[in-house]
Amino acid sequence: MSLGSVPLKYKISIDRDQCMKCMRCVDNCSYGVYRIENDKILIDSRRCTACHRCISMCPRDAISLQEKPVDYRSHPLWTAQAREDIINQARTGKIILAGMGNAMDYPVIFDRLVLDACQVTNPSIDPLREPMELRTYLGKKPARLQFTRDDKGDIELKTELAPNLKLETPIMIGHMSYGAISLNAQLSMAKAVARTGTFMGTGEGGMHESLYPYQNNMIVQVASGRFGVDINYLERGAAIEIKIGQGAKPGIGGHLPGEKVCTDVSCTRMIPLGSDAISPAPHHDIYSIEDLAQLVRSLKEATEWKKPIFVKIAAVHNVAAIAAGIARSSADAVVIDGFRGGTGAAPKVFRDNVGIPIEAAVAAVDQKLNDQGVRNEISVIASGGIRNSADLAKSIALGADAVYIGTASLIALGCRVCGNCYRGLCPWGIATQRPDLVNRIDTDVGAEHVANLIHAWTLELSELMGAAGINSIESLRGNRDRLRGYMLDEGMLNVLKVDPVGA
Amino acid sequence: METMTIDAKGMHYTPLNRMIREAVASGVKDIVIDNVLGQRFIANGLRGDVRITINGVPGGDLGMFMSGPECIVRGDCEHAPGNTMDNGTIVIHGSAGDAVAHSMRGGRVFVRGNIGYRGGIHMKEYSQKRPVLVIGGTSHAFLGEYMAGGIILVLGIGHETTLEDRGIGSGIHGGEIIIRGDVEDRLLGVGARKVRFTDEDLKRLSPLIKEFCERIEVDPVPFMDTNYTRIVPASSRPFAGKYTWE
Repeated sequence: MSLGSVPLKYKISIDRDQCMKCMRCVDNCSYGVYRIENDKILIDSRRCTACHRCISMCPRDAISLQEKPVDYRSHPLWTAQAREDIINQARTGKIILAGMGNAMDYPVIFDRLVLDACQVTNPSIDPLREPMELRTYLGKKPARLQFTRDDKGDIELKTELAPNLKLETPIMIGHMSYGAISLNAQLSMAKAVARTGTFMGTGEGGMHESLYPYQNNMIVQVASGRFGVDINYLERGAAIEIKIGQGAKPGIGGHLPGEKVCTDVSCTRMIPLGSDAISPAPHHDIYSIEDLAQLVRSLKEATEWKKPIFVKIAAVHNVAAIAAGIARSSADAVVIDGFRGGTGAAPKVFRDNVGIPIEAAVAAVDQKLNDQGVRNEISVIASGGIRNSADLAKSIALGADAVYIGTASLIALGCRVCGNCYRGLCPWGIATQRPDLVNRIDTDVGAEHVANLIHAWTLELSELMGAAGINSIESLRGNRDRLRGYMLDEGMLNVLKVDPVGA
Repeated sequence: METMTIDAKGMHYTPLNRMIREAVASGVKDIVIDNVLGQRFIANGLRGDVRITINGVPGGDLGMFMSGPECIVRGDCEHAPGNTMDNGTIVIHGSAGDAVAHSMRGGRVFVRGNIGYRGGIHMKEYSQKRPVLVIGGTSHAFLGEYMAGGIILVLGIGHETTLEDRGIGSGIHGGEIIIRGDVEDRLLGVGARKVRFTDEDLKRLSPLIKEFCERIEVDPVPFMDTNYTRIVPASSRPFAGKYTWE
């Protein structure tokens, strides 16, 4: 018995009057939607992923794309997606993998929070003529400072300060590994963070040697697979991040399929060509909070206590208690990855159903650390679904020191969030290792776009702060009084420690 | 050869490691540390050509990320000696805890006695780097779990049956586990497969067996036959059939 085919996801059509048969669509589509027969461009819409590469390259705007061109009988529960997933699993009996972040229609808390501005009683600040302090230091801050006075009366700091990362803007780029994305995508971002005075993560997969010139702006990652990890790698990083979990797939590991392990990826990860790179779900030397402290200290000891150590966890139910444990492990920063965080591939059931939103997680973590009097012991980095400078400002007001962006930086490189990253055919040259596709990214142009994005958000953040009469990022951090909840329920307002609008 | 002796009694691991680093940097080739009792991270991330003799019981993560030196432990070890080790040798004249040689990438770990759970978990190899874990006695469950490369050899000295605990090589997708004598099928983990240990294998492994026996002062001759079981991956892609795309 055949289940037949499911309807097209997208329908592509060409306005033949507009089309000049330049063939750019044929050349650009790596999924094989277009082909030439008898001097006519034929279309196979079933192959389309809505990556928009053809549309963006068409000089005549002749291509149009329609989503879900075939209707199902409408039903509020049995959506097209629910039906198609069942058909897929009835055919295969397997776990469904999907790309990019959470695709469920959960309410976005960021969009229910509004920011404050000054009127009459306290003047707003114009960032054009007054300095705005956005410089952010990530790492431990001493609980108190001790000074000594020498014979000449000069004062010297006696307290030994822990190493901190100095960011010119509280926006960093999160960990996306070489293997998951291309070297040119990583290089573009590396050049951009070096230019804007901030940092990016290497992801789990080692650091390719062409990134060495930017290593002072890179945070190296140690994940459960320990790929690409040796003492040289640890010493290269400006900081080291232990990845415990990821917002897109909390509680599970990952694996890079063998077909993505090409010569260069194999050499950077230090595994044989074409073998699966399996990252187990837990770190097998971390089965408790004490074990985590041991790994944190082991990394510090190996790098002579010169580098801040971050610990990244997925935002899950008990995130605040977990973060409080991490704050006592000698770690210098905790990264909280919300359930909207992106990924190259994750089991769909995890991506869409496991974890909690970053807004609630950051607020709960900040509050718990404050309550326990250890907020100065550890910096908080929010990540997972930060879309614009408003999300950035709101994250900081909820208690984050800085944010990691991921998907946003990929969009700056061309990504249109089609969610087919796992197929390795990314026509934008991002989530692929195919040389002809990777070469579509000119790393200087890519770097400019990513740097532009970071710069633009930084400008907007200064304007938002100025309007609120705040001239230093420290005064925005955890400043929930500058937020109000709009149409949020009382329970959520209590978690966020935010008043409703009008209050 | 310059030798240096450190009395580690009551010493914290950070100053201890600093002394080791400074000694190696100044050209010391032989370091003896006495009265070691639970100091973790000894020789972590240490490079160079140096022999460190540890008298006592070091704490966890001995030689983690280590690249080159040789550590000789006259005593037992806590958990994860050789964790993510890159190169060099660790010889333990005693037993060791869990996760010995975890994610080890190169070099050798020799344990005279027994080891705990998850020994050699996720060991991996690349190019010329092929890590080796040899255990004189026996091991607890999940030996060589997720193993992606390298060699684990278990000799079962003093044990009637070398291995009696389950989950050997669960999720193994590279490398090999060699166990003295027979191994019951029920002890194999998912994805692990037994194959015959051949004369060719013996020829290949006899230098390793000899070296281990010499290091722990045991006669190698009784071990020079093909009475071993070789455990290898059933597939290099153990999870390939688990998923479908959206």
